[in-house]
Amino acid sequence: MKIAVCIKAVPDTETKIAIASDKIHIETAGVKYITSPYDEFAIEEAVKIKEKHGGEIVGISLGGAEVTEVLKNSLARGLDTALHLKDDLFADLNPLSTAGCLAAAIRNENFDIVLCGQQGVGGDNNQVPTIIAELLNWSQVNQIVKLDIEGKEFKAEREIEGAHEIVAGVLPAVFSAQKDLNTPRYPSIKEIMAAKRKEITIKDAESLGVKDAITKTKDLVVLKELSMPPARTQGRKIEGSADEQVKQLVQLLRMEAKVI
Amino acid sequence: MADKDFLVFIEQRQGVIKKASLEVLSEAIRQNKDKNGTVTAVLICADSTLLVKNITCFQPNKVIVISGHEYSEYSTESYANALQTVVEKLNPKYTFAANTAMGKDLIPRVAAHFTSPCVTDVVELIAEGSNLLAVKPMYSAKSYGKFAFNSDMSFMTLRPNVFPLAEKNESASVPVETLSCPPIEVRAKVVETKASEKQKMELTEAPIIVSGGRGIKGPENWAMLQDLCDVLGAALGASRAVVDAGWIDHQHQVGQTGKTVSPQLYIACGISGAIQHLAGMNSSKNIVAINNNPDAPIFKLATYGLVGDVFEIVPKLTEEIKKLKGES
Ligand SMILES: Cc1cc2nc3c(=O)[nH]c(=O)nc-3n(C[C@H](O)[C@H](O)[C@H](O)COP(=O)(O)OP(=O)(O)OC[C@H]3O[C@@H](n4cnc5c(N)ncnc54)[C@H](O)[C@@H]3O)c2cc1C
Ligand SMILES: Nc1ncnc2c1ncn2[C@@H]1O[C@H](COP(=O)(O)O)[C@@H](O)[C@H]1O
Repeated sequence: MKIAVCIKAVPDTETKIAIASDKIHIETAGVKYITSPYDEFAIEEAVKIKEKHGGEIVGISLGGAEVTEVLKNSLARGLDTALHLKDDLFADLNPLSTAGCLAAAIRNENFDIVLCGQQGVGGDNNQVPTIIAELLNWSQVNQIVKLDIEGKEFKAEREIEGAHEIVAGVLPAVFSAQKDLNTPRYPSIKEIMAAKRKEITIKDAESLGVKDAITKTKDLVVLKELSMPPARTQGRKIEGSADEQVKQLVQLLRMEAKVI
Repeated sequence: MADKDFLVFIEQRQGVIKKASLEVLSEAIRQNKDKNGTVTAVLICADSTLLVKNITCFQPNKVIVISGHEYSEYSTESYANALQTVVEKLNPKYTFAANTAMGKDLIPRVAAHFTSPCVTDVVELIAEGSNLLAVKPMYSAKSYGKFAFNSDMSFMTLRPNVFPLAEKNESASVPVETLSCPPIEVRAKVVETKASEKQKMELTEAPIIVSGGRGIKGPENWAMLQDLCDVLGAALGASRAVVDAGWIDHQHQVGQTGKTVSPQLYIACGISGAIQHLAGMNSSKNIVAINNNPDAPIFKLATYGLVGDVFEIVPKLTEEIKKLKGES
């Protein structure tokens, strides 16, 4: 089994987001980068598949200097090798272009499985895994909470509104991880030390052969402005005994908010 | 005139049309008002006989139906193939769908097929000349991004519960066209659908949500929140802490690694209001917080904050609302 895991380096979810003066980026000074939370489930699933079926895991991440630490951490969790897609051309890519680069790194390398997170923090797009599947002309199952591989066949369970769907198909395929897929293990000190010696290969637009394609798709959709969420008007505390609080609340919900 | 037309993908499962996709249709028709393009709704399903009326009453310019047994269960490949056939034929400037599990799975794939851009989870559309700008939450709703398209063809998924449904006109007459599309080999198929037994109403579509956190002390106390849900017609939500503790299924989780919801009313019971939880619910129209710690961060966001014990307040609240509903 040859497995690619797409890993996005993102600002720590505890980060207080501040908008930079250009109005399209966030302030990055002092921001700590982590593995996008859903990608941790993708990494763990790849390791589990390898434990069961043998094979090789390649981590792939597109981004700037922030990627290195995140890939090192992923290597410690059990990736065999890592690929860093890095180029000035890759700054601020939309999901179509991002997936174009990732697909180029995956194509013609005999991968059986691509694992992604179902959503990457930042863009919050839920798009990249699906677009990779389309560009490779593979099938896809998004938001999976269970995956069984048997030879060249798979059975995946995915979360939809109020139900789970069981999807059966053949590899190669792209899967995106939902939270319930597994429980990620954390690497030991020994694994972290060993990972320091593992290699991270860097590829740019030229060596990926995507220069023209990315130049063409890069501006199809662009972020014009980033703004803070509309401020919520400071609410009010409802005081009194529990009985009084409840009476007042019901009154307000009915007369003021008009929701009940 | 393809350069201003709208195409709206109408989602159905098991022969039931998703309300969220009718919200999207309503919004497309509103956006088209000054543009004078055409709004076409496309329905892909096993049998359209009983469904089409639910669409025509919103008065799109046309409905296109693609039906056949191969569409009885959703599959990415067969639905993408069908939608692509329609897009190719109509060449719409904008293709819309609801931001649901199906919409998120289908629309970026079809967009990529046409090397076209897609923006998901749109919460606001802004007309700028003959173009639309799309606004969506980013960084777990800690900021909002405004996107511009530079493409003859663009795709968007719109968040449920944000765009209002238009008035219906049951007697509207709208042309309905059936289209067939070339069959394809489907490599990944749905072989079974397991409905979750607990959730009577889908969180992302519920107008009211009652959510419980660690403050409810244990899974045996969901019944108390469920009672409140029942009198309000609300769906049951949860914080990650209690999902991780195994008190309830992940389907119920609200937040960054759970669902993003924007109901009319969100009642947080014994939830502290961690930033990752807020990410999933801070666009709710009204927020009620019930928490015994006056300094809990949830109070910063709450429209109405009640400092107190959930075990005392929630049952009283259920009773009071029951009384009120009995009267009216
Ligand atoms: C990467 C990442 C992703 C995450 N994603 C999510 C997510 O999607 N959703 C999410 O919810 N969290 C998420 N979290 C976890 C989040 O940080 C919090 O740990 C979690 O939201 C806390 O849940 P809670 O409010 O139920 O528990 P607590 O923080 O323990 O709060 C319990 C609250 O109950 C109150 N309380 C106790 N007893 C009573 C009583 N008798 N009456 C009234 N109030 C009472 C307490 O005052 C307290 O405020 C994530 C964390 C990380 C790191
Ligand atoms: N820059 C990136 N590098 C590697 N993988 C990515 C990148 N962006 C997105 N992905 C993958 O695609 C998933 C979904 O991201 P998104 O479509 O941006 O929400 C992520 O969880 C990652 O697995």
